[in-house]
Amino acid sequence: MSGVEIPYVSSPRPDTGLVNAKLGIWLFLASEVMLFGGLFSAYVLLRVGADVWPEGSTILNVPLATLNTVVLISSSITMVLAWASLVRLDFNKYRLYNYGTLLCGAIFLVIKYIEYSSKFHHGLYPSESTFMAIYFTLTGLHGIHVIGGMLVLSYLCWPGSKMWKTEPIRFTGRVEVAGLFWHLVDLVWIFLFPVLYLM
Amino acid sequence: MGKVEGHDLEELNSHVRTCIAIFVGLLALTMITVSVSYLDLPVPAAISLALCIALVKGSMVVSIFMHLVSEKEIIFWSLSLTVIFFIFLMAIPVITQEDIIKQTIEVRH
Amino acid sequence: MEHHEELPFWRKYILSTDHKVIGIQYALTGGFFLFFGFGLMMLMRWSMAFPDQPVPYLGFLFSESGGAISPNTYNTFGAMHGTIMVFMGVVPLAFGAFGNYVLPLQIGAVDMAFPKINAASYWALFVGGMIMLASFFLPEGPAKSGWTSYPPLADIDVGAGQTYWLIGMVFLITSSLLGAINFITTTIQLRAKGMTFMRLPFLVWTQLVTAILLLLAFPPLEAAAFLQLMDRLADTSFFLATGLVVSGQVADISGGGSPILWQHLFWFLAHPEVYVLILPALGIVTEIIATNSRKPIFGYKSMVYSLIFLGFMSFVVWAHHMFITGMGTTMNAFFQTTTMIISIPSVIILSCLFISLWGGSLRFNTPMLFALAFLPMFGIGGLTGLPLGLSSADIHLHDTYYVIGHFHYVVAPGTLFALFAGIYYWFPKITGRMMNEVLGKIHFVGSLIFMNLVFFPMMIQGLAGVNRRLYDGGASYADPAAVIDPGFYSHVANVLHLNKLMTYSAWALGIVQIFFLINLVWSIKKGKKASRNPWNSTTLEWAAPSPPGHGNFDGPIAVYGNPYEYSVPGEERDFSPQFEPGGHPQSQKEEI
Repeated sequence: MSGVEIPYVSSPRPDTGLVNAKLGIWLFLASEVMLFGGLFSAYVLLRVGADVWPEGSTILNVPLATLNTVVLISSSITMVLAWASLVRLDFNKYRLYNYGTLLCGAIFLVIKYIEYSSKFHHGLYPSESTFMAIYFTLTGLHGIHVIGGMLVLSYLCWPGSKMWKTEPIRFTGRVEVAGLFWHLVDLVWIFLFPVLYLM
Repeated sequence: MGKVEGHDLEELNSHVRTCIAIFVGLLALTMITVSVSYLDLPVPAAISLALCIALVKGSMVVSIFMHLVSEKEIIFWSLSLTVIFFIFLMAIPVITQEDIIKQTIEVRH
Repeated sequence: MEHHEELPFWRKYILSTDHKVIGIQYALTGGFFLFFGFGLMMLMRWSMAFPDQPVPYLGFLFSESGGAISPNTYNTFGAMHGTIMVFMGVVPLAFGAFGNYVLPLQIGAVDMAFPKINAASYWALFVGGMIMLASFFLPEGPAKSGWTSYPPLADIDVGAGQTYWLIGMVFLITSSLLGAINFITTTIQLRAKGMTFMRLPFLVWTQLVTAILLLLAFPPLEAAAFLQLMDRLADTSFFLATGLVVSGQVADISGGGSPILWQHLFWFLAHPEVYVLILPALGIVTEIIATNSRKPIFGYKSMVYSLIFLGFMSFVVWAHHMFITGMGTTMNAFFQTTTMIISIPSVIILSCLFISLWGGSLRFNTPMLFALAFLPMFGIGGLTGLPLGLSSADIHLHDTYYVIGHFHYVVAPGTLFALFAGIYYWFPKITGRMMNEVLGKIHFVGSLIFMNLVFFPMMIQGLAGVNRRLYDGGASYADPAAVIDPGFYSHVANVLHLNKLMTYSAWALGIVQIFFLINLVWSIKKGKKASRNPWNSTTLEWAAPSPPGHGNFDGPIAVYGNPYEYSVPGEERDFSPQFEPGGHPQSQKEEI
């Protein structure tokens, strides 16, 4: 490729103590926080302005969502273990844990699909009420983030893992950064779950 | 062998142990928040409790899983700025919504 | 270090990851959209001065309305003019182009921190721009609810134009986010040895603060765009209140939404966006004034602190765009106060720039002329904003031509002059050749005169009460037969003759730009050859060859002093570049 070598790709800059990707991902996560912040702000405004606001548990399926919470939290711990395995130079274990994370992501999406289709089956579309509208928008956008995270993890699991042979430190950094994004997805769900289902 | 690629293995092991403890804690808090929701508390109490538990869970994820506790200064700076603007974004529209002109004035030509 | 691999054309110029090529891509795209948006405006001005009359030469574009611009077409042009100028013209030029090209050079970096993400950022802009352009070919035309896309109008607008607008905006927002992440990381991580934060050229500071604003202010608009997309595509009612009546019929919606919600989310972005437009311009002007007054910038540190304060405050002023939505007096007072406070740092920065001129040995070359003109023009733009920030004065001025005049003074003779100045100033670095001074000066004088002739009458019209977004420039509004109370609008009638003056001036302004375009194209091949440092300037970009090769500098580069050390007493030359060890008596005390 090009002859230019960008500094601080895998070793941290001394005065900031950071590699570029670490700073970059945290900035990205900050913007994600503002994105969901905008939507949560919309939720609060709509709820405050509404004459009646349904209790989530009367419309939505709390047990399924609880299961989904457990699934996502589990995926977070496998993500941490995957990264830790790389630090311990155990690539096979990394892959194993990564499969675990991907599996959890897939289970989450399947459960989400079951929830959505039962809603559609009962004629509950986003146009039904502002509650259903914000429910579908928030969970839908979160679902897109799950899919995005899974794509990144799949890349790091298969084609992108070639880097482990050439630049192991940089690759470990990539997995760590992908993990930070994955934890954010988990974090958003931790707030979505009570806000939509339990309140 | 004490260190692999600049990471202290002892430190890593203890970090992983903390993470697993946090994982168990998150599961427990999930169960608590769901069971509380079946208690039919009055709405304001239910909302505050659910939000508090979510906040605790969220800070556990951010500080341990995303190891923000051991992160560098610049990241704190950018995140604290985000938190401040996040609060603006959440609070001000709602306050504005509450403070509206309700009086009507008769206009005569 | 250099590999000298010959890359094929499409890798070198199209899918390049080199920040300089991407900067030029941004510049060409932004420039194209600026002229496109300007073209829309020239057609709109025809309609305002000569309503319902066929457009000369271009009437075939409007054949279904007999060659004249119909109110509907006018609305689409108005909405797209605003969108294109703000999001696809000025931001890509000021932030994308100057930031990409100059910022890494000024901090002594070899490239951006994430070159591939940088390329992705440009291509997201490109796709967003293409979607916006494509919407012009829709049967119902592009978006027509104003660049602000206020619901319920934008929600219920027929045709796909508004949907295209929203999808295009999502791409443009993504582009800005990726760019912002890159800029912040690059500035923090890739500074050369010795480049401390207080040695950063002011342009780098402005780009850094701009990037932070984009990073944190754009996502809420993205959220709002998703919500409006849901409203349009999934029939939700996020922005539609219960009992909405459309064309005399109660709309078939669930209701329960709030049109004010959109305004909050929109202005949460769009007020910081104003500073996104102006801050890079302030940075460019600072560089040029320092170089061409041969003096250090007065109060560099207070400018930096003002800038940071300005960036912070820009997040808490947004509802001053919403004074007449029925907000209560408490919130009005709050936003009015923050708005008055935010003018203080702007005034500090502008005052520092004025004082920097005092006692300098001014060189009146084209970039300096544009930079000097920027100061009073931005001053007028800023000061005319104060009455709009006062909630009681705003009741009269809201949505009149006064608003249009105000923000155009900030962005057109303000930011655009700074951008022109920047193009003339860095052109020798980019191409290795100088631009022509005579053509440049014609361009400057013409632009200065006609910009003012276009925008100053708007203030007069606005104070008289002429509303914005009227396809006939207010003619029917001032027609005694058409209004209930004849005479009530006679004060409007007295200022309508200004429409023709503004229209002729707008076209003249267009003609003057031809000199610029000729100059630009001619100078690439035929301009006078430029050395590495043609302006005898002090910042790092002038240490690189003109044009800089791959990797920018000849070798490792270090910084030894403050950015603007001109006319240091006891020195042989009147400039002490940051990249040369000698001539920094002030900075030597500090750590290198």
